[in-house]
Amino acid sequence: MIWDPYHECMDLEQRRELQAHRLRETVARLSANVPFYRQAFRDVDVQPQDIQSIDDLALLPFTVKDDLRDNYPYGLFASPLSEVVRVHASSGTTGKPTVVGYTAEDINLWAECMARSIGCSGGTPHDTLQVAYGYGLFTGGLGLHYGGERMGCTVIPMSSGNTERQIMMMRDLGSTILACTPSYALTVADVAADMGLQPEDFKLKSGIFGAEPWSESSRQAVEEKLGLSAHDIYGLSEIIGPGVANECSNKGGLHIFDDHFVPEIINPETGEVLPDGEYGELVITCITKTCLPLIRYRTRDISCLHRDICPCGRTHPRIGRLQGRTDDMLIIRGVNVFPSQIEHALLSIEEAEPHYQLIVRREGHLDVLEVQVEVSGEIFADTVRRLEEVEKRIAHAIRTTVGIGVEVKLVEPKTIARSEGKAKRVIDLRKEE
Amino acid sequence: MTKQVSVFLENKSGRLAEVCQTLGKNGVNIRALCIADTSDFGILRMIVDTPEVAVRCLRDGGFSVGETSVLAVEIPDVPGGLGGVISLLGNVNVEYMYAFFTTVEGNAVVVFRVSEEEIPSVVEILGRNNIRILPAEDVYSL
Ligand SMILES: [Zn+2]
Repeated sequence: MIWDPYHECMDLEQRRELQAHRLRETVARLSANVPFYRQAFRDVDVQPQDIQSIDDLALLPFTVKDDLRDNYPYGLFASPLSEVVRVHASSGTTGKPTVVGYTAEDINLWAECMARSIGCSGGTPHDTLQVAYGYGLFTGGLGLHYGGERMGCTVIPMSSGNTERQIMMMRDLGSTILACTPSYALTVADVAADMGLQPEDFKLKSGIFGAEPWSESSRQAVEEKLGLSAHDIYGLSEIIGPGVANECSNKGGLHIFDDHFVPEIINPETGEVLPDGEYGELVITCITKTCLPLIRYRTRDISCLHRDICPCGRTHPRIGRLQGRTDDMLIIRGVNVFPSQIEHALLSIEEAEPHYQLIVRREGHLDVLEVQVEVSGEIFADTVRRLEEVEKRIAHAIRTTVGIGVEVKLVEPKTIARSEGKAKRVIDLRKEE
Repeated sequence: MTKQVSVFLENKSGRLAEVCQTLGKNGVNIRALCIADTSDFGILRMIVDTPEVAVRCLRDGGFSVGETSVLAVEIPDVPGGLGGVISLLGNVNVEYMYAFFTTVEGNAVVVFRVSEEEIPSVVEILGRNNIRILPAEDVYSL
């Protein structure tokens, strides 16, 4: 269902006016209440009255994660602490966590956006929503929880873990929507199968999966194993939490609720705004938040924007499935290359294992990208000709996806280092020269 | 049908030695071998006395291993012997061939690799010309 048809299907010109009005108010509030932004606007010589249309967004400075760290914990809050009713915090992989505050209005806005997301995922007030995201400082659990209540669903606040009990409740209480990370969904599916349960033993119809990147093949796997329709949700605590964007039933990108969160895609190197359809860094401006309205926040997530109107009727633009992080981006002969694109190309070759490594070096003045791929049981052939054919097919698939030629090198199995968390996919030898 | 064991090798020093040591430790004896190589990698092909043991121990050792059916053919050990057999095969596409270390009753033994589809016609041609294809158990105990 479309939870808020007035805003979700708004005429585009009308939405632009609403955005401009809200942006002007936000900039004025920030200038008045947040010394950091007062200074940042002064640095780029922008007065609140300079912001007339939403296109004037490009005049404003970027905000980066370090700005949140430098102003830890409350320095960027635009509301007094007496009005802050909740805080969440992101994990902070290096050093201090990022503390995010919410006024009662912010919590209300978040619940509205989450209700829209649940609606996008096919949810209605008749659904039973099992929230298997972690509750606590992480925004996933409480975000889905409040959104589910706002929608009018029956909410089961399971939190994550304790998988067998999770599955028992899911079956006994007849949960119709499961919300968790995609990897946990796969765990749930596998444990359910081990317990001898079939998709028919559950009433699940939809899944709301996010908080980590996942592939189309994981989507197919969860959909088959749990008998549901899997929807991608996007959000980040700095902006509000889950519910910034969500896939509708068309699954052609995630509708971003741009009457609250205005998206831009920029070239992460130059900061220049890129045309629709091109991949780059997703930048989001909060135009309705009260406590922590960030201006042009650089998410470091790689995506693209589609503005053609979706068949579902929503007029919100859509962001493409996230392609990784700017931290992973490589520039080869001037072309942006993301390891995830290489992985995607490799997955299209039936024999190739996803175990690969990228080695970048400079030969003369030319960047050379070598893609090392392990020779698994499937790739192996006992003739040079067939192995060279596999190399050619891999190189062709990568050229088609990324647009540059690469050198493919087959290597022995298990020779590419495995790591527990994030695999070290790239070795850039250019930096050492 | 005789099973050939093949192994993918990166062109790094010591890898061939590791394959041979792994086989040796597991009591596998090599009867014939050849290596095809490019600048980046090589393919080692072998006929051994116990192919299952060879495949298992090499796989456990982390190598990429394959098993292929090949023909072990007795060739008269005289000048022109091999040429005569090959000319019989006419337009059959022989992907590669190599010889055994030992002879059988004065005849050389050569390994032929042809595509699965062409095996029956090769078997038929050789039989018609009284050229013996050695049974697998004979090959392994050569
Ligand atoms: Zn849609």
